[in-house]
Parts: sequence; structure tokens; C-alpha cells
Amino acid sequence: MYTIRLYLDEVKTKMNVDGSGLFVLSSVLFLTGCLAALLAYRSGRLSNLCAMVCALAGTGVAAVVAASVLAVGDAVSLQLPACLPLGGFTFRIDALSAFFILAIAVLAIPVSVYSIGYNREYFDKPQFPLAGALYNLFLLSMIMVVSANDLLTFLIGWELMSIVSYLLVVFERDRKESVNAGLLYIIMTHIGTAFIIVLFLLMASRADSVSFDLFRMIKTMGLPPGLRNALFACVLVGFGTKAGIIPLHIWLPQAHPAAPSNVSALMSGVMVKTAIYGMVRVLYDFLGATSNGWGAIVLACGVLSAILGVMYALQDHDLKRLLAFSSIENIGIILMGVGVSLIFAAHGAAPLAAVALIAGLCHVMNHAVFKGLLFMATGSVMFGTHSKNMEKLGGLIKNMPQTAFFSLIGSLAISALPPFNGFVGEWLTFQSLLAGFGSVGIFIKILFIVCTALLALTGSLAAACFVKAFGITFLGLPRSGHAEHAVESPLAMRAGMGILAALCLLLGVMPAIIMKPLSGVAAALCGVDVYEKLCGWGWLSVAPLDIRFSGASPAWILALIGIFAAVIFLLIRLRFGRIKDVVSATWDCGIPSVTPRMEYTATAFSQPLKIVFKAIYRPVKNIEVLSHETQPYFEKISKYEHTVQPIFERYLYRPIARFVISNSIKIINLQAGSIHMYLAYIFVMLIGLLLFVR
Amino acid sequence: MEKVILVIIQVLLIAGLSPLVNGLTKKFKSLMVGRRGPRIFQPYYNLGKLFRKDSVISAHASWIFRAAPWIVFAATLSAGLLVPVWSVGTPLHFLGDVIVVAYLFGFARFFMACAGLDTASAFGGMGSSREMMVSALIEPAFLIAMFSIGIQFGTMNLTAIAREASYSLYHIFSPAFVLAFAGYFIVLIAESGRVPVDNPDTHLELTMIHEAMVLDYSGKRLALMEWGNYIKQFILICIAVNLFAPWGLCAELTPVGVAAAAGLFAGKVVVCTFCVAAVEILNAKIRLFRVPDLLMVSLSFSFLSFLYAIFAGK
Repeated sequence: MYTIRLYLDEVKTKMNVDGSGLFVLSSVLFLTGCLAALLAYRSGRLSNLCAMVCALAGTGVAAVVAASVLAVGDAVSLQLPACLPLGGFTFRIDALSAFFILAIAVLAIPVSVYSIGYNREYFDKPQFPLAGALYNLFLLSMIMVVSANDLLTFLIGWELMSIVSYLLVVFERDRKESVNAGLLYIIMTHIGTAFIIVLFLLMASRADSVSFDLFRMIKTMGLPPGLRNALFACVLVGFGTKAGIIPLHIWLPQAHPAAPSNVSALMSGVMVKTAIYGMVRVLYDFLGATSNGWGAIVLACGVLSAILGVMYALQDHDLKRLLAFSSIENIGIILMGVGVSLIFAAHGAAPLAAVALIAGLCHVMNHAVFKGLLFMATGSVMFGTHSKNMEKLGGLIKNMPQTAFFSLIGSLAISALPPFNGFVGEWLTFQSLLAGFGSVGIFIKILFIVCTALLALTGSLAAACFVKAFGITFLGLPRSGHAEHAVESPLAMRAGMGILAALCLLLGVMPAIIMKPLSGVAAALCGVDVYEKLCGWGWLSVAPLDIRFSGASPAWILALIGIFAAVIFLLIRLRFGRIKDVVSATWDCGIPSVTPRMEYTATAFSQPLKIVFKAIYRPVKNIEVLSHETQPYFEKISKYEHTVQPIFERYLYRPIARFVISNSIKIINLQAGSIHMYLAYIFVMLIGLLLFVR
Repeated sequence: MEKVILVIIQVLLIAGLSPLVNGLTKKFKSLMVGRRGPRIFQPYYNLGKLFRKDSVISAHASWIFRAAPWIVFAATLSAGLLVPVWSVGTPLHFLGDVIVVAYLFGFARFFMACAGLDTASAFGGMGSSREMMVSALIEPAFLIAMFSIGIQFGTMNLTAIAREASYSLYHIFSPAFVLAFAGYFIVLIAESGRVPVDNPDTHLELTMIHEAMVLDYSGKRLALMEWGNYIKQFILICIAVNLFAPWGLCAELTPVGVAAAAGLFAGKVVVCTFCVAAVEILNAKIRLFRVPDLLMVSLSFSFLSFLYAIFAGK
């Protein structure tokens, strides 16, 4: 890492360009991409290529800025001339922003390469130029959000991000589900934005300014507890809606599947992480982590989201919705790390807080990588088979071998299996929960124990879920004509997936690559640099503060598995000779042959767990039998449906929606249509304001 | 250098002794029901026979089916390096702790479950589905029991725990340890696929879980899958005897220490195998949807043990 730092210093002095200049360059590149995509509306290929090349260039430049900030340590600031009432555009990229920009770049570069091939699907639609244009705007808005340094920049970036992603969700406007999903998404995200606006306005009134630099002073001012708790509630609801915490998650499983796969990859991979950025920024940087209760609430929300997210993912047989629920689960795990960190910071145990924060943020990066990979693989499956319903797929490993391989790597990574990158984040989260029992109170101890057990359960359920997703989709026999005639996706798509798969392995085997920048982030927020204790032990190991307590080295594990497999292979080959295979049919119990109908289905695979957890799922079984008219005992068609009840929609949101609608209908009476009534309202309101608000 | 020798001896012991432990289990089960039973070295002969045979492979199988036995064997054997077997001289702190062991088993299980789905056979899918259910519920119990013991000794590395435990022997009679052992014993039964959770001697679709996943394997690949299963069971027994009865674990390579360690270890493994066989004989296999109840009992024991360890200390 030291050599990389020296190299970057050299590059900086040679190029003699300021970080802020590069930041402006990257924004200009995104806007160019947007315009180029729109201008080249006559040719789909040209529009797509221009857009993606500009996106790649813009992301690359932004990544260079971020990497230089992380390596060198000083923040990059940029102030554009003030042009709006509540403040101009100020940007500041410090360690935390740089890390999130790096996460965006790490995902956006492969996704852009992938989109060069994937957007072919939309060339015949009239709205195709928007695909590239909106994509560039989306990336620009996300980078704007994480690098904003004042209220208005943040809010403008946030709104832009929401609206552009809404337009991308309803991109396939002929499909009714996309339009409905987009509507739900825009409503939920604006509820969240309302809370964020309230939050920032309260903080601005307290700090007497709109600049984030002065917001940082809030933690040194004393705040009344009522105001503090109100601010925390606004943070939780506002950013939680975007992140998809349960119970604010209902838009996620509908919106992410409705968008095109490359956009879903970005939405699940980095857009929900901007909410995590907001939470960490406000709770650590602006308000200061001094309250135990907040950390406990964040931890509880995290563990609830994790366990329910994975449970609903298990029962889904729509590939993209399964991945969306799995994103909810991983956001839960990230929030667990952040919550534990807040608790330790409130108790004053700064090294432990740093480790927990690093665990949560490490999972941010890792999740972006493997979720992006899985969404891209799903897009590739849809490209080749025109179906994302697992029950209609199967046997794709024969016709789409590379997609299957990359999907296998993604599934192994998301199940947190060593030596891939998901393991390191989850392992560190465990360690941060276990290492701190000495410093916390009784209630928090019990909470930690419960959360550890539930985290273990989440991990094992996630493995079950992805065995199902990978096995049913790619293995066995094809269950429909679409799957039988699948074609492998074009090279650009495979290249994008390959980059991320290689990253999954690289980040898993050498966790020090992430730990170094993350230690810088944690040092800025918690005050202590734990890199030496985390990774200073051995080049390829990671340890939570004390190697005597625990340690893990995914690189060595990979090496051991490889060595043992090679040794046993050689021994058997030398002693017993080559394996002679006779290819024959699968054992079929004497029935003429095995057909795809005899295979296990996705519903069948997860049915045991559906029955075990039926208190949560409340499944409803529906069997319809249609018999012959003259022979009632012989069935012609039988239909079996075993569904999971949507608990949150039915018991939480529908009553709220009914309440809002019924009250709105009552309030309609105010709109009598008579101009005299309206003038009377204005008069009364004016008198009231003059009397009470001076 | 001494550490490298200890590591190599450990690998050879695990790979070499595990079929013997399986044979012992079968022998005990037979003797207890009044039969003579197969000889205790029979599993070695079975493995040798399978290695010499050709294999029949399904036309629908892909490279995952072909590669899974090697991965399962290698991953399980790697997990064996992280547990205390006969000596506690090589904690290998940097390599992994109990979480790594659990997730390495998970890695092997992922490939086994995929291999079950690969042949498009209903038996394989059924085995994979049931195995994922049982493993999803048993893993929290395993981890919490191990965490509870680890917290008391200030380390999560299993070999280091065994070393610490062997210095202060009266700890193993504390309530936390007893409860953890109760939870762990059920984990041992469930993860090695023994009655009452799974029946390793049957191929009836009503009753098989692990056997269903390896049903389509034959020849050398079946030998590797079986051997991997023996190794996993041996590792779980080693954890049981070395963490919960840590007498006679040697830390240096002295002749007296090694001989004593070997003898005591053999004795402890024989006793533990006898207990496992007794549990198999005295219980019937329970219905699949009663298995979660048993696993929840195990989780409760582990949870109580953890609570005791945190609030009452050693």
C-alpha cells in the first residue's frame, strides 16, 4: 500500500492537476454522455456506445479522485459560485465520501461495460436514447449525493437520484407492473425525502448555516434530548426508506426487479448505500455518537431487516425479486455493524467502534460487488432465455457456461463462504459483536447475544437461498422451451461479470486492500486508526484487534483447499488410475425416462423452511382440481398454489392507506368550489399568521 | 519446523483415522443390538473397493457434479486443521477460528447440495432441500455453543480454547460448559447425519438426507464423498472430546507427552463413539418436521450457556 501511495503522489505532482479539477471533469464527462446519448438518437448502437464510454470515463476519473483522497489523506473541496437562495454548490470529498465514490466506481465500471451489450434489448423501443442518458445522470447524481457539502447540494442530488431512478424503473412503460412499481417507489422515496428535509432544516436552524462544515459543530453544542431524538427518528425513517429497512421496504422488491438489469445492479449495489452514507454522515459526523439507545435501535432494525429479508428471499422464485429481498438482508447486516459501532462509540470504546464501523462499511463494498454480479448474471439469463422465473429455467449451465460460472462465484460470495469477499465482512461483524462484551451494560449484552444468534441464522438461510437460486436455475434439466434454447450472452456482458467475479475473489483473498482505506475512514470518524491491529499481523490475514482472540486468513484457506484437492487427486491418479466414466441416464426407478417434470422445483426446494417458519410466512395453500365432465374421479387439470402472505402490505400499509384516503375524502369537503370560501380561508390564515408568528 | 511436522501429522491422522471411527460406530451399534457386526476396519476396505471401480455418471450432470467430491473432501480436511485433534501445539491463530470451521463446512455443503440438484433426479433435489433446512437451523446452535465457550477463555480459536481449558480442568463442570455440551451433542448428531436426525444406513426416500445427495455418485467420486463424511464426523467428535474433556492434550513433542496424549485421545474418542452409537440405537429417526423442534432445543441449550457465560463468568 505504501508503494501505491508513493506512486499516486508522483502522479499528482506530474499531472499538476487539482483534485477538484478532476471532479469537475468527471461531472462534465457524465453530462457529455447524457447529451451524446440523446443526440445520437438515430442509431441505437452509437447512442449506447457514446453513453457508456462517457460513463466509464467519468467514473474512472471520479475513482482516481477518490483513490487519491484515500491514499494521501487530505480532502478535496470544490465551491461553485452561489446561484441559489439557500446556498450554492459546495462539494467536499473526505475519507468517507471517497470510500463511497470508490464503491460506486467499482460497481459502475463493470456495469457500464456490461450495458454496452445489455442495452441491445432496448434498441427497438422508441425510448432507447434515454437508457444511456438517464444512466449517466444517475451516476452523476449518486456521486453528487456522497460528495455534497451543503444542504441544497445534498437535497438536489438526492431528488435527482430518486427521479432519475424512477424514470429508469418505469423505462419499460408498456409493462403494467413496472409502472405500478415506479409509482410505489416514487411515493415511498418522497416520504423518506420529506423526513430528510425536516432533518436538515432542523440541523440548519440549529447550526445557523446550510454548510455541512458548520453542521459538524452541532455535536459540540448541547442539544436538548427531545430534539436529539426527533433528529434520530428523522434519520432512521428518512434514510431508512431509501435503504429498505423493514418495515419501510415494500417498494424495494417491486422497483428493483422492474428496472433493467444493469440499473437494478446499480440501484441495489450503490443507491441503497447512499442512504447508509447519509446515516453514517449524520449520526457520526454531525450529531456525534453519544447515545446508547440509538445504536441499539439501529442494531435492532438491522437484525430485523436481515432475518426477514432472507426469509422472504428464500420463498421467492422470481430471480430478481429474490435478489431484491437479499439486498434488504445485506442492508440489515450493514446496519448491524453500524449500530454496534454507535453503541461502542457511545461507551467510549473507540477501537471497538472503529472495528465495527469497518465491518459495516466493508460489507457495503462487498455487497455492491457481489450483488452487482448477481443482478448482471440475472440480466444475462433474461437476455438468453427471456424469463426470470426460476420455475421455467434449469439446465442453463450447458448453454450458458460462463454466466453459470460467474453466477456461482456470486452465490458463493453472497452466502459468505470463504475465500470470497462476503465472508470477511460477515466475519468482522461477528467479531465486533463478540469482542465487546466487557464494555457494555446488561441490556446491550442480551441484545448482542440475540443478534449474534440471528446473524448466524441469517448466514445459513442465505446459503440455502442461493443454493436454490443457483441450483434450480442453472442445474438439472431445462423446464421449458425457453431454457432449452438459451443462448450465451455477448462478450461485453460476460466481460462485465468477469471483472466483478475476479474482484469477489481478490477482495476475499486480500482483505487488506479494503481495510486500508476503511481504517482511514474509521480514523476520521472514531478517532483511532486500527489498521495495524486489523491487518498488520500477516499480509493476508485479518484479526479483530487481537490475533489471540481470533483471526482468519481466506488466502491460506484457498491455498489449503487447493493443495489438498491437488494432492488427493494426484495420489488417486497414481495409485488407482484415471477415472473412467460411463455416461448413462439418471436413476429413474424403472420409469422410461427422467423428464423435467420430475425434477425438484424452486417452491419444493424451499418448502421445508416455509413450513418451519410458517408463523412468519402464514402460507396459504390453494388447490383447484378440474375434472372430466362425465368422469368426476379423473382429474384433467390440478392447480396447486402455496403463497406467502404479504404481511407488511396487508397489516401495516393498507390500513394507513385506507386512513389517509378516508380522511382525504372528508377534507375534500373544504374544496367547496366557491371562490368566496377560498377568499375567506386566505383572510383567516393571514390574520392567524399575523397574530401568532411575528 | 516443529509446527509443520505437527500440522502434517494432524492431517494424516484425520484422514487416516476417520474411517476407523466410522467402523467403530457401526460395530458398537451392532454389538448393542446383539449382532456381531462388520469388522472395524471395514470402511477402509469399502473405500479401497470404491476407488478401484469405474463410475457411471448421468448424462445431465455438469462439471459441478464431477468436481464436487474433490471440493468437499478438501474443504472438510482444511477445516480439520483448525480443530484440536491430539495436540494443542499449533493453534494456527492466523488461519481461522470456529466461524471459519463452520463456514468451511458450509462451503462443502453448498457444493454437495448443488451436486444433488445437478442430475435432475428427484432424490437429489429432496436431499439438498432437507439438508439445507437442517443445516440452516443447526448452524446458529453450533456457533452459539462455541462462542459461549470461547468467551470464557478469551479466544475463538478452537485449538487455543482446548489449550486454555486443559490448564484449568474444573471449569468443565461449570453450568455454562454442561449446557454448551448438551447443545453441542445435538449438533454433533445432526451434522454427522445420525439417527434421530438422518439415518445413514438407509436409501429410502422417506428417511434419507445426506445419502440422497450422494445417491448418483459411484466409484472414486463416491469414495471421496464418503471419506469426506467420515472426516466431518471425526472432526466433530474431536471438538467434543477436546473442548469438553480436555485431559491429556500435549503441547510439546516429548515422548512421554505424545504417548500419553495418544492413549488418552484414543480412549476419549472410543467413549464418544460409544455414546453416539448408543443414541442411535436408543432412538428412532424422528419425522422430518419434528427435527426443527430438536434443533431448537439445541439452540436453547446453547443460548442459555451463552447467557450464563456472559453474566456469571467462568
